[in-house]
Amino acid sequence: MFRRSLNRFCAGEEKRVGTRTVFVGNHSVSGTEAYVAQRFCDNRIVSSKYTLWNFLPKNLFEQFRRIANFYFLIIFLVQVTVDTPTSPVTSGLPLFFVITVTAIKQGYEDWLRHRADNEVNKSTVYIIENAKRVRKESEKIKVGDVVEVQADETFPCDLILLSSCTTDGTCYVTTASLDGESNCKIHYAVRDTIALCTAESIDTLRAAIECEQPQPDLYKFVGRINIYSNSLEAVARSLGPENLLLKGATLKNTEKIYGVAVYTGMETKMALNYQGKSQKRSAVEKSINAFLIVYLFILLTKAAVCTTLKYVWQSTPYNDEPWYNQKTQKERETLKVLKMFTDFLSFMVLFNFIIPVSMYVTVEMQKFLGSFFISWDKDFYDEEINEGALVNTSDLNEELGQVDYVFTDKTGTLTENSMEFIECCIDGHKYKGVTQEVDGLSQTDGPLTYFDKADKNREELFLRALCLCHTVEIKTNDAVDGATESAELTYISSSPDEIALVKGAKKYGFTFLGNRNGHMRVENQRKEIEEYELLHTLNFDAVRRRMSVIVKTQEGDILLFCKGADSAVFPRVQNHEIELTKVHVERNAMDGYRTLCVAFKEIAPDDYERINRQLIEAKMALQDREEKMEKVFDDIETNMNLIGATAVEDKAWTEHQEYGLIIDGSTLSLILNSSQDSSSNNYKSIFLQICMKCTAVLCCRMAPLQKAQIVRMVKNLKGSPITLSIGDGANDVSMILESHVGIGIKGKEGRQAARNSDYSVPKFKHLKKLLLAHGHLYYVRIAHLVQYFFYKNLCFILPQFLYQFFCGFSQQPLYDAAYLTMYNICFTSLPILAYSLLEQHINIDTLTSDPRLYMKISGNAMLQLGPFLYWTFLAAFEGTVFFFGTYFLFQTASLEENGKVYGNWTFGTIVFTVLVFTVTLKLALDTRFWTWINHFVIWGSLAFYVFFSFFWGGIIWPFLKQQRMYFVFAQMLSSVSTWLAIILLIFISLFPEILLIVLKNVRRRSARNPNLELPMLLSYKHTDSGYS
Amino acid sequence: MTWSATARGAHQPDNTAFTQQRLPAWQPLLSASIALPLFFCAGLAFIGLGLGLYYSSNGIKELEYDYTGDSGTSNCSVCAEAGQGRAPPPPCSCAWSFSLPELFQGPVYLYYELTNFYQNNRRYGVSRDDEQLSGLPSALRHPVNECAPYQLSAAGLPIAPCGAIANSLFNDSFSLWHQRLPGGLYVEVPLDRSGIAWWTDYHVKFRNPPLVNGSLALAFQGTAPPPNWRRPVYELSPDPNNTGFINQDFVVWMRTAALPMFRKLYARIRQGNYSAGLPRGAYRVNITYNYPVRAFGGHKLLIFSSISWMGGKNPFLGIAYLVVGSLCILTGFVMLIVYIRYQDQDDDDEE
Repeated sequence: MFRRSLNRFCAGEEKRVGTRTVFVGNHSVSGTEAYVAQRFCDNRIVSSKYTLWNFLPKNLFEQFRRIANFYFLIIFLVQVTVDTPTSPVTSGLPLFFVITVTAIKQGYEDWLRHRADNEVNKSTVYIIENAKRVRKESEKIKVGDVVEVQADETFPCDLILLSSCTTDGTCYVTTASLDGESNCKIHYAVRDTIALCTAESIDTLRAAIECEQPQPDLYKFVGRINIYSNSLEAVARSLGPENLLLKGATLKNTEKIYGVAVYTGMETKMALNYQGKSQKRSAVEKSINAFLIVYLFILLTKAAVCTTLKYVWQSTPYNDEPWYNQKTQKERETLKVLKMFTDFLSFMVLFNFIIPVSMYVTVEMQKFLGSFFISWDKDFYDEEINEGALVNTSDLNEELGQVDYVFTDKTGTLTENSMEFIECCIDGHKYKGVTQEVDGLSQTDGPLTYFDKADKNREELFLRALCLCHTVEIKTNDAVDGATESAELTYISSSPDEIALVKGAKKYGFTFLGNRNGHMRVENQRKEIEEYELLHTLNFDAVRRRMSVIVKTQEGDILLFCKGADSAVFPRVQNHEIELTKVHVERNAMDGYRTLCVAFKEIAPDDYERINRQLIEAKMALQDREEKMEKVFDDIETNMNLIGATAVEDKAWTEHQEYGLIIDGSTLSLILNSSQDSSSNNYKSIFLQICMKCTAVLCCRMAPLQKAQIVRMVKNLKGSPITLSIGDGANDVSMILESHVGIGIKGKEGRQAARNSDYSVPKFKHLKKLLLAHGHLYYVRIAHLVQYFFYKNLCFILPQFLYQFFCGFSQQPLYDAAYLTMYNICFTSLPILAYSLLEQHINIDTLTSDPRLYMKISGNAMLQLGPFLYWTFLAAFEGTVFFFGTYFLFQTASLEENGKVYGNWTFGTIVFTVLVFTVTLKLALDTRFWTWINHFVIWGSLAFYVFFSFFWGGIIWPFLKQQRMYFVFAQMLSSVSTWLAIILLIFISLFPEILLIVLKNVRRRSARNPNLELPMLLSYKHTDSGYS
Repeated sequence: MTWSATARGAHQPDNTAFTQQRLPAWQPLLSASIALPLFFCAGLAFIGLGLGLYYSSNGIKELEYDYTGDSGTSNCSVCAEAGQGRAPPPPCSCAWSFSLPELFQGPVYLYYELTNFYQNNRRYGVSRDDEQLSGLPSALRHPVNECAPYQLSAAGLPIAPCGAIANSLFNDSFSLWHQRLPGGLYVEVPLDRSGIAWWTDYHVKFRNPPLVNGSLALAFQGTAPPPNWRRPVYELSPDPNNTGFINQDFVVWMRTAALPMFRKLYARIRQGNYSAGLPRGAYRVNITYNYPVRAFGGHKLLIFSSISWMGGKNPFLGIAYLVVGSLCILTGFVMLIVYIRYQDQDDDDEE
């Protein structure tokens, strides 16, 4: 009582308090206490990022947090405020364009999320209020509401099962959308509420539930329900995961259930497992940012050097203010520091083209348009669902070409998840059965013994153990009533190896027929039905690595059967035949089978009394329940007798024998979550080290968040490898969101994975082409695009920088403003865009058939320091050639045969012409795949440049202040020397590149059969034995 | 982003060459067997061109004379001293005498060269009003702000032509005299001062403002000449087609040079007896020394130059072509060796 009131007193601090109290139906439990509503969050799911009001500021803020956008904003502001050589429009317009397009795109995506949220939040649910069934919107559910759920509906929030339409208060649930396990799981109501299966009766229930605060682990729940029936003292019952119905799970095979909401909205386990879709950045984008910083540094250096030199140069008075170029009064009066600062900014603006806004536009366009090729690909088209691939985000196309680790959802995606009973050993005697010969026919002859027989009793005991010690359920079909001995029994269980074991027992004549009223029914070899009362199930857990059942035979004997990993069982058995079994188990393990040891123990009635009490006590505990239970279990499972061992083959596993490690979720939680102490970190690193050594690692029975944790763990490895997750279920969503690239399979388990993924394909097999062909090509394309952009802009700006040394560091632009603006937008944009969309440096078929090619670009190979330096030096070389070539050309009286003289704009135009041609032809040299589009844009761009220049210089433009370019281009072309110089300079600039290409081709011809190691999971090659 | 894909996804994707990335494509491989002949051909062509350019450039004669008058090196130093520190410098004239032992092959062009003069300085380069220069009356009265401090005169009148470029118009003048026979009379060599500016500049870009009552002077009424000018712009020349904004010297000057050391065309010598060039004999150039260059550490030079198809004397192009051509051939040989060696290896591999 005291504790409850204390809880209520500090309701606002619920988060810190370990438990919460929920009043069923929001009825106060006793009249004396005034009911005070605790504040829990409502049942609204919010995955959207913006609202109508905060969209603009929040979105702008987020966009300008990007280093590039911020940089362009600064440049723009400088251009607006300071007297600069170029107009603010040149950088303002592209920036505005980029920002607007991105904002529209993000706004649209958020609108979609709003719509999806609304769909969930506004869905209809039925709540029992005042003994009536009230229809409500899902978001209106409060903690404590009694909710009615009907068959095939999903639970709107986390519920404690109170009653179901079945008499035993059970219901079947599939959690496919949570953890991907599509089998039905059975959930129970507490004994005392089973009967309350109408709206009226459920309303009379006065109970309070105390449970822990929400936590993301799907398989953990501890709580206690206190039921106040009339005047009696409260009855307390323990609540565990088997009583909890999770939001997102679906009710199956049960007409309807009543449950009370304990966790709602963002506090449900599903929501806690859902990770916000964060903006994924590709490795290429990170490289771009790195390059950007290098170029920013270059830019600042250039500006600083120019400013410094300017003031050094100006220290001579006649340089500062010669008689022919005097300053205005205002200029003279400006503070020198201020002037230096504005000069610095001016230089920055002059050189700012080195970091082109247009690159971001082009990259965005390339990604957007390029992604169409994925959705267009008819190889990804699946007739069955009449759909092809879907691209949800185009930001990661190139990341598909960079994947180091593939994480795949096991069930239903990669494997069929089937296990088969292979053999067993009873008291050290090996039994290896062949299915057809058994099936209850040769039962009187005893089991099939191919080697030598164990004692008959032991044999039967072993098989009974297999039949009893499990959590398998029989799927109840409507037609088949309970336990008719139909030949077709469908076993369902959360663990496929249990099914394999039960089936294995069936092979030897012991058939499990299901549970009825707490009794397990087994048909023995003589076709007799044996009934065992199930007293306790000591569930499997990761620490013990075994499970036990305590049953009471018809004769009244109490038996404990235990099965578990050899290391978990051997120390707890007393007999001396361990050695024989051990040999057997070890051999099986070497063969790659999953082995389990089976043990049993008889419990005396007195002992059972004690055990029973201890168990119930532990189960009721609210605090540290697990530890207490563990301790009790530990006490019980001692001094057992070893009967034998089993070997089960995981089909999926043996098909891919290169797999190295299998680990399951419960074990993982130990590694990942156990605590912050050093031993946990130690486990983690050991686990990682093992993982790194394996070709593949199989993790089973994982909660969604664990999948994500594994991904995160690998992601954070040294060298931060690129991860890809592929899955088809809602349980894969967190891992899909966590990994660098998330692929959804449009499978049968709903569309959540596909919706949250970056790409979705109809089948797992499509991953091959998606990575090997599309990913590779996109990577090569965009890497080249990025390098090329930085290259062409360094080429572009370097002459401008060099020119400052010859114009008194006066920020005189070398090129006309129109050229400055159009260079990136018109003259050189389309060829690289076409290249980045169409290039296939290697044929698609070759790429798909040879995974080794994929390795060549791994580790962001094309954007590493080496290639970057190569491109930068190439650009520097070319820029120098352009400028000094023209400079030496101008060391003459005249370039024309009529002796007339050219001015500075002709100088710039010559440099610019060489630049445009060189840069475009350089791309032409790089192009390996000349479609008509490439021809069109490359030659078209050059033609357009020539045409534009004529046009631009051919007219006196009324809106221009200065007619700098008037007839400059035409006049330039009237000189033979200029033509010859342009041709020569283009040739010199391209010469190293041509040389390199030719050399490469010679080398490629000779360098064959490179012995590259295959990337993991891409090698489907069989090895005979992965373990010997 | 999603709409397109979903719309697509509902149907089977189009099976076109474009959507399936199977467009017919030319996939050139710059293999050695193509590149090698190319290298040799290009190399030979470049060497050929280089030789042509080199000899053309060598054939061009230049005769230059620095008449700045530094430290008494020439008789112009008197003028230089006289002008020192005075603005405007007093009128002064000096001369440069030289003799030609043989015919200076024509056509001969007379250039002046200035050094350390930054016509490409940004502040200087923007200091002009192209609208005013195109004869727009409104611009004539209201020069753009960029012209400051040469926008308005001290009296507040608009300056025409405004700006630093116009104000610093080169105002030395030259006349060439030829003494055919030793001791004989000096005859003035006719200098053709027309056709030295770009045709488009002279005929389109630069226009005088519309005449007022048939008078250019009236058209410029209410404006002030640039402070450094001795005469207003409409008196630059008595020739009505060469005065005002369309004065050829002025137009040439207004095309700002690319580098701080630049040459500008002063006159062509192509009339009368001198159409074939300057015959041998003694010559004298009379220089009106007005333009102060020592104030900014500059020099002024006079250059007689003949012009060929490739323009003025410039050995750079020819040498560059020769170097690149030889480099081509050299690499061609190196590649050939590499290629042959690799091919041998290839054959071994294939066996």
